[in-house]
Amino acid sequence: MPAQKARWVFSFSLLLFCASSIPTQGSARLLQELSPQEYFSSLQAGRASLAYFSHNVSPGAQPFLEQIEHSAEALQDYGVSVVKVNCPKEDVSRYCGKENALRKAYLFRGNMLIREFPTDALFDVNSIVANVLFALLFNEVKYVETLADLQNIENTLKGRSNMVFAYVPATGTAEHRAVMEAAFVYGTVHQFVLTTEAMLLKDTGNGESDASSARLLFCHCQRATDLAQPCRRTAMGQTLTMLNIHRHLKLMGAPLVTEVAEDPEKVSTVHLQLGLPLVFILSQKETYEADRRTAEFVAWQLLGKAGVALLSRDLVDLNILLRSNVALKTPDEGVPIKYLVLEDTDEVIKLVEDKNKVKRIQEDEEENEEDEDEKENNSQDIQDDQVVEAVSRDKKRELPLEQILVLTEETFHSALSETARTVVLFYASWEAVSLAMLRSYTKVADHLKGMQGVLLSRVNCWDWPSVCTAENVTQFPTIKIYKKGERAVMYDGMWGTEELTSFIMLSRVSCPLKLATVDEAERYLRGEFPSELSSYHHTSLLGVFSTATNEARKAFEEAGNILTGHVTTGMYFEDDALALSRKYAVSPPALLLSRSGGQSVEGIALSKQSAQEMVQMIRYELLDVFPEITVQNLPRYLQLRKPFLILFGDGDISQMESKEMLKLAKGGPQQEFVACWLNLKKTPVGRGVLKAYFATVPSLPVLVWVNLHAGGQVFKFPSEQSITETNVLSWLGKLKAGLEIPSSTLSEEDWKPPLPAYDFLQMMETAVPELALHTSHHRRDTSERRPSESPGGDTGVREEPSQETKAEKVGSPGRDLRGTAPRLAAREKQGKRHSEL
Amino acid sequence: LGLALYAGSLRVASGAAFLYHDYCVIGAGPSGLQAAYFLQQASRDYVVFERSHAPGSFFALYPRHRKLISINKRYTGKSNGEFNLRHDWNSLLSHDRQLLFQRYSRDFFPNADAMVRYLEDFASLLKLRVQYNTAIVHVTLERDGQAWNGHYFLLTDQDRQNYKCSSLLVATGMWVPNVVNFPGSEYVEGYETVSINPEDFAGQTVLILGRGNSAFETAENILGVTNFIHMVSRSRVRLSWATHYVGDLRAINNGLLDTYQLKSLDGLLEGDLEDLAIVKDKKGKLHITLRFYLDNRNTSAGIDSITLPQDELDNFATRAPYDRVIRCLGWKFDFSIYNRSLRMMPGKGNKKKYPQIKPSYESRGTRGLFVLGTASHSVDFRKSAGGFIHGFRYTTRAVHRLLENRHHGVPWPSTVYPITQLTNSIIKRVNEASGLYQMFSVLADIILLRENATAFEYLEEYPVGVLAELEMQTGRKAPNGLFVIIMEYGRNFSGADKDVFYYNRAVGEAQHAWQSNFLHPVIYYYKRLPTEHEMRLRPPDWPLPRPDAVHHIVEDFLTDWTAPNAHILPLRRFLENCLSTDLRNFFAESCFLFAFTRQKLPPFCQQGYVRMQGLVGSEGLRRHAVEAGLLEDYTLADFLGDRPPDSREGSQDQLLRDHAIPVRPLQHLVNAKDE
Repeated sequence: MPAQKARWVFSFSLLLFCASSIPTQGSARLLQELSPQEYFSSLQAGRASLAYFSHNVSPGAQPFLEQIEHSAEALQDYGVSVVKVNCPKEDVSRYCGKENALRKAYLFRGNMLIREFPTDALFDVNSIVANVLFALLFNEVKYVETLADLQNIENTLKGRSNMVFAYVPATGTAEHRAVMEAAFVYGTVHQFVLTTEAMLLKDTGNGESDASSARLLFCHCQRATDLAQPCRRTAMGQTLTMLNIHRHLKLMGAPLVTEVAEDPEKVSTVHLQLGLPLVFILSQKETYEADRRTAEFVAWQLLGKAGVALLSRDLVDLNILLRSNVALKTPDEGVPIKYLVLEDTDEVIKLVEDKNKVKRIQEDEEENEEDEDEKENNSQDIQDDQVVEAVSRDKKRELPLEQILVLTEETFHSALSETARTVVLFYASWEAVSLAMLRSYTKVADHLKGMQGVLLSRVNCWDWPSVCTAENVTQFPTIKIYKKGERAVMYDGMWGTEELTSFIMLSRVSCPLKLATVDEAERYLRGEFPSELSSYHHTSLLGVFSTATNEARKAFEEAGNILTGHVTTGMYFEDDALALSRKYAVSPPALLLSRSGGQSVEGIALSKQSAQEMVQMIRYELLDVFPEITVQNLPRYLQLRKPFLILFGDGDISQMESKEMLKLAKGGPQQEFVACWLNLKKTPVGRGVLKAYFATVPSLPVLVWVNLHAGGQVFKFPSEQSITETNVLSWLGKLKAGLEIPSSTLSEEDWKPPLPAYDFLQMMETAVPELALHTSHHRRDTSERRPSESPGGDTGVREEPSQETKAEKVGSPGRDLRGTAPRLAAREKQGKRHSEL
Repeated sequence: LGLALYAGSLRVASGAAFLYHDYCVIGAGPSGLQAAYFLQQASRDYVVFERSHAPGSFFALYPRHRKLISINKRYTGKSNGEFNLRHDWNSLLSHDRQLLFQRYSRDFFPNADAMVRYLEDFASLLKLRVQYNTAIVHVTLERDGQAWNGHYFLLTDQDRQNYKCSSLLVATGMWVPNVVNFPGSEYVEGYETVSINPEDFAGQTVLILGRGNSAFETAENILGVTNFIHMVSRSRVRLSWATHYVGDLRAINNGLLDTYQLKSLDGLLEGDLEDLAIVKDKKGKLHITLRFYLDNRNTSAGIDSITLPQDELDNFATRAPYDRVIRCLGWKFDFSIYNRSLRMMPGKGNKKKYPQIKPSYESRGTRGLFVLGTASHSVDFRKSAGGFIHGFRYTTRAVHRLLENRHHGVPWPSTVYPITQLTNSIIKRVNEASGLYQMFSVLADIILLRENATAFEYLEEYPVGVLAELEMQTGRKAPNGLFVIIMEYGRNFSGADKDVFYYNRAVGEAQHAWQSNFLHPVIYYYKRLPTEHEMRLRPPDWPLPRPDAVHHIVEDFLTDWTAPNAHILPLRRFLENCLSTDLRNFFAESCFLFAFTRQKLPPFCQQGYVRMQGLVGSEGLRRHAVEAGLLEDYTLADFLGDRPPDSREGSQDQLLRDHAIPVRPLQHLVNAKDE
C-alpha cells in the first residue's frame, strides 16, 4: 500500500509543519490555475484534488479564494492538489455551466467526484483541511451519532485494535482539523471515531467536561477480552492540536511497561523523548511477579503522564540504597536519576503529578524570573551588617594591644589578685561587636596609660570558655571591673572610648565615699577631693545625713554602689552635718548635687526611698534641663518617653535662642516635653534626621517638635517667626489643638529581615521529592491509614518490611548466602567468586 | 563530708534488710563513674556496685592487645577546653582539669592500662561512692505506689545482701562474648583467652571468625609470623573512614586489608558462620566444611568419610587446612540478672546484643531503669558515638539532667539571652560544643523562643529522639517556637560501599550548604514543638520531622564556622526570616538616626542603644562602614553644599514641599541590594 507508506512519511513532515504552523503567505503559489481541459486531463488515478471553477474572479468568491489558496500548502502535504479552473466564457459543461456550481468546490479522487462543498462550508484553512480530509477518510474515520453506534464499533474492535474517540463541538474547527490530520496518519493503526454529539461524551463517562471543548479518548480495545466490559479509556489532558494528539497516540502506542536490564542512566524511551518522566520500579527475581503487577498498575495510572519501566536489580549492578524501590528519571538533561523509597503506588503517582505541575509552573515563570532570581541570590551573599563589614574590613590592621594584658584560664585569678583594679574585656575573636569594642578599648588603654592601680586586660572567650562561663559572661562584649576583695562591677554604659574611660576613672573612687570633715565635704563638692579626680571634670553628688537617718543612709550607700562609675557619690554623716545642710538650705537627709566644679549646688530632699527609687531619682536629677542632644546621651532622655522639642543648629546656638529655650524648658513644674538642641557640627547624623523629616536640610537653625512615642508626627516651627518663649508656646498650643499640619510622620514599619534566606527546605524537596511527599502525607490527614495497611487495598502495593528484606538480599552478596545449606552448596558450584565461602 | 553522707544513706529501709539508696548504679566502668560524678555533684543519694576490686575491670583485660583505638589527641592548636574534648575520646567529664586523659598517656592510641589507672583516679580523686567486690546477681521489682516510679528496684549481690533503690542505672557494659555454635566449634579459641604472644603463632595458618576491630587487632598482632590469615564473617568489611562510624574497622588495625589486596596470602571471605563446620584431621589440622555435608552423614563416622567442599569443587577457597581458628565476634549485654518482671528485652536485628531502650535511655520495659554507656548504643548504633566514652559521657549527663527534672524538680539547665545574642550563641556552640559534635544527630541544642522573640532560652545537648516530650522532660516551656541545632553528615555520603574520596566531595558555597557531606551544623526551626506522631512519621534517615525551615551551615575544612560571610551571614538571614525581624548590628549613630526617624527600632538598638549600651565604635570602623556603603557620612554634606545656593528662595520652596514629603525609609540601611 503505497498510500500508507506515504502517510508515515508525512507524519514527520507534518509535525514539523504543525510546530511552525504559520500560514506561509509569501511562499510560492501552490494554487494551480488551469483550464477545464487541462484539469480533467491532468487527473491521476488515486490522486485527490480540490477544484474550484470560475469564469472570472467574481467579487463574492474573493475571500473564499484567498482561504483556498492558503490551504493549498496544507493540503499538499496530504497529497491533495488545489486547482482553480478557469472556465471559458462559452463553456456550459457540468461544472462551468451552472451558476450554482460556481458556488461550490469539488473534491475529486482521480476523476471521480467524491464530494462537493458549498463555499460557505470552507470558511477558513481549518475548515477546508478538516472537511477535505473528512471526506477523503470516510472509511477510516467513523462518524457516530448514537451511543449504540459507538458501542457496536467498540465491540467489533475488542481484541483486535484500539480506538481513538474524538468529540468536537462542530466540524470544520481547528480541533476537527487536528483530529482529521491525526486520522490521516494513524487511521490504519487505530480506528478513529468522531462525534459532534455532546451526549456521547457524557455517556462515555466524561460528563464533567463541558461540551464546548473538544475531547479525545484513547480506548484500549485491543487488550479488552471481556465483551461485557467497555474498553479502558485514557483521556488526553491537553487541548486538541495535531502535536498533542500525535504525542498522545505515540504514548498510547508505547509498551505499558518497559523491561529494562541496563543502566537506567542509559535507558531512553518514547516518554523521555517526548519530555515526560520515566518511573523505574526496581525489581528482583524473588518479587518479580508482584513488581510486574505493581508496575502495570502504576503504568495504567500514569498513562499519558509518564512512562513506567521495570528494572531488574539482579541484572544491573546499581550503586544505590538497598531500600530504594523506585527511581525517577526526568527528561531534563544532566539531572541524575533519583532513587527513592516509597511506600505505596499513590506516592509514585503523586510524585509524577507534582513533578509535572512544578515543571509547568517553572516553565511559565522561567523567563520572567530568571534575571530577578539571579540578582536576589547574589545580594544575599553581600554583607549588610555595618558593624560586621566594618570590622572585617579592618581585620588586617594590627591593633595596638600592648597596653592590654591577655588573660587565660591559668592567669585570670592571679592577675586579679595582683592589681587593685582590673578591667577585663570579655570578647570572642569571631564576634564583630566585641571586636569593634576591642578597638575602642585600645584607645581607652591609651588614655589611661600610666595610671596607677588600674590594669586593663582581656579574655578571649573563644579560647577560654570556662573563664567566661565562670564569670557569667552571657553576652559579647562584656566588661567587668574587679576590685581586690570586692564584688566585680559590670560595665553597663555606652560601648565607646570616652564613656568607658570615664567609667573607669570614676570607679576608682569608692562609691559612696565617706567624707570625714566639713572641709573635705566642701572640697568634694568643688571637685577637688578626692585628688584622683581633681583633674577630671565630673559631677559630684553628696548625701548629707544626720545620725538619726540611718535608713536613708543605707539606701544611699546601696544606690551609690549601683551608680559606681556613672557619678561620684560621697556622704557625710558626722555630727556637724547640720552646718553643711544649713549652708545649702536643706534638711538632712538630703542630697547636694554639684555640677561643673561646685559653681552651682542644688539641694534635693530625700524622703523614704528604696535604693532603686533613689537610683531612679538621681538619674533623673542628673539630666540637664536644656541639654545638647548627642548620640551618646540621647538614650537617657529617650527614657523619659516624652515628645522632643529640638533646636537644630549648625554649630552653637545663639545666646538669645538658648535663653528663650531655657525659659521654655523650665516652664512648668511637670514638664511634658524634652527641650533640647542639637549641634550638627558635633552630631552630623542630625543632618540625616532633618533629611528624613524634610527631604533636604532646611535653613538653620530650625525648631522641630517630634512626638517619638505617640504617633510619630513631626512639626516644624515656622521659620519666619523668631524663636521666643511666647511664639513657641502659642505654636505648641496650636499643635495640641491640631491646627498645624505635620511635616511628616515617622514610619511605623517593623524591622523585617532585610533579605530572604536560602530556602534549603525547598531545595531539598526539589531534589528529594520523598521529603515533600512525606510531609504532605502527614499534613494532609494524620489519622489517615496508609493504603498498604488497609485490608482491602489490593493495589499491588508492597509493604515496607518485605521491601527491606528484599533489598538486603539483593544488595549484599554476603548476606545472600544466609539460608539453606543446599542453596549455599549449589551456589558454591556455580559461583566462582572466591570471596564467598 | 562524703563519708557522712555515705553513712547517712545507708539507713535501713523499714523492717526488711534492705540497704536503701535513691540511685543505684551497676558497674563502675566509664559510664558508671560518669553517672556517679553527676549524682555526686548534685548531692544525690547514690551508690555504685562494682563486682571487681577496682573500676574499669573490662579494660584490665580488654582489648587483649592493650591498644585502645580511641584517640588521645593532646594538641589541637587551640586552648578551648570544650573544643579540645572533641578530639579527646578517653576523658570523662568533670570539673577537675587534672582528670584529663592526656595526663595519663602520651600515646595517640593509648595503652589500656592507662585507662585502668585513669578510672581508678577518677573514682578516688572525686571520692565517688563505689562499693567494690559487689556483684549484683539479681534484680527484681517491688511494687509500691509511693515509689518514684511505682516500684522499687531490689538488687541482690553475691553474698545475698539486698539493696533497694528508687532508680536503677545500668552501666554494666557489654561483656558477654558472642559465641557461634556449629559442628566443630569446640576447636575454636576465643578472643578472651587466645594467646597474645606472636611467637605462639609462628609458622601457623590461622582462620579468624569475625570482622570487627577485635578480629583485625588479633590479626595485626600475628600478621608477621603466620603463614597466612583468613578472616570470615557474614558481612563485608565496614571501614570507619567510609562509614564515619568509630565502631567500624579503624585504619590503625587494617594491616590485613593491605596484605589481602596485595596478594600476600592473607584474605577475607564472606559467609554465614551458621553454615560452617570444622573438622579436625588426625594431624590436628582444622578443615572447613559445610554443616550441610555433616547433616547428611552419620556423625560418628571418621574424618575421612566427611565430604569436604574441595571434594566437589577442587578450587574451593578455604581448602587449605588451618592450625588455629580464633573467634573474635564481639560482646553482648548480660540479660541474665534481670527478673522477668523488668522485661529487659533484646533489640531487633543487628541490635539484638543491646537491651531495648527509648531515645531517653530509659528501658522500654521498666520505668526508672536507665541504661548507660556502651549498652545504651542501640539508640545510635552504627551512627554516632553513643557506644563509646566520647559519646556516652554526654548521654550520661543528659540522663542525669532528665532525672534531676523528673525526681527533684530541677529543670534542665538553661540560659536566657536577649535575641541579639541569637546568632552568637549558635555560632559559639557549633564551634566548640563537644557533645553536639560527638553525638551528632543524637544530642541537640534547643533554643526556646520567648514571647515576641525578644529573648530566648538555650538548652544544651538534649536527646533529640524525645524532642516531642521536651516540656515534660526538661520542665521548660516551648510555646513560641524553637530552634534545634544538631550536627549531621551529608545523607548518602557515608557507607561501607561508598567512595568518600570522590572529587568535589566538599561543598564550599554557602548557598549549596544543604548538600554538605562532612559533619556540619544544621538548624531546624519549628513554629511549635513537634508531636510524637510527627516524630514517628519523620522522613527516613532524618533525625527530626520536617521543620518549618531548615538551615545548613556549610561544611568547613577546619570545622571552624566563624567566617562572617560564608557562615554567620547566611545563618543570620535564616534566623531573621524565621523570626521575621532584623538581627543586624548597628553603630550607635545609626540607632540615633532610627530613634529620631522611625517609630520602631531594630532589636540591636532596642536592647542596646536605648538601654544606654550603644556601640559607639571607633572612627576607623565608622569610616570602613561608610566606605562599604552601609553608613552615611553626614559630615560630608557640609562640603557638598546640600542647601540650594539661594537659601531664602530655597526655604520658601521647601516650605511648600515639606508638607507633602513623607519620611522615606533609609534605603542604604534597609536594603543593601540597592547599593
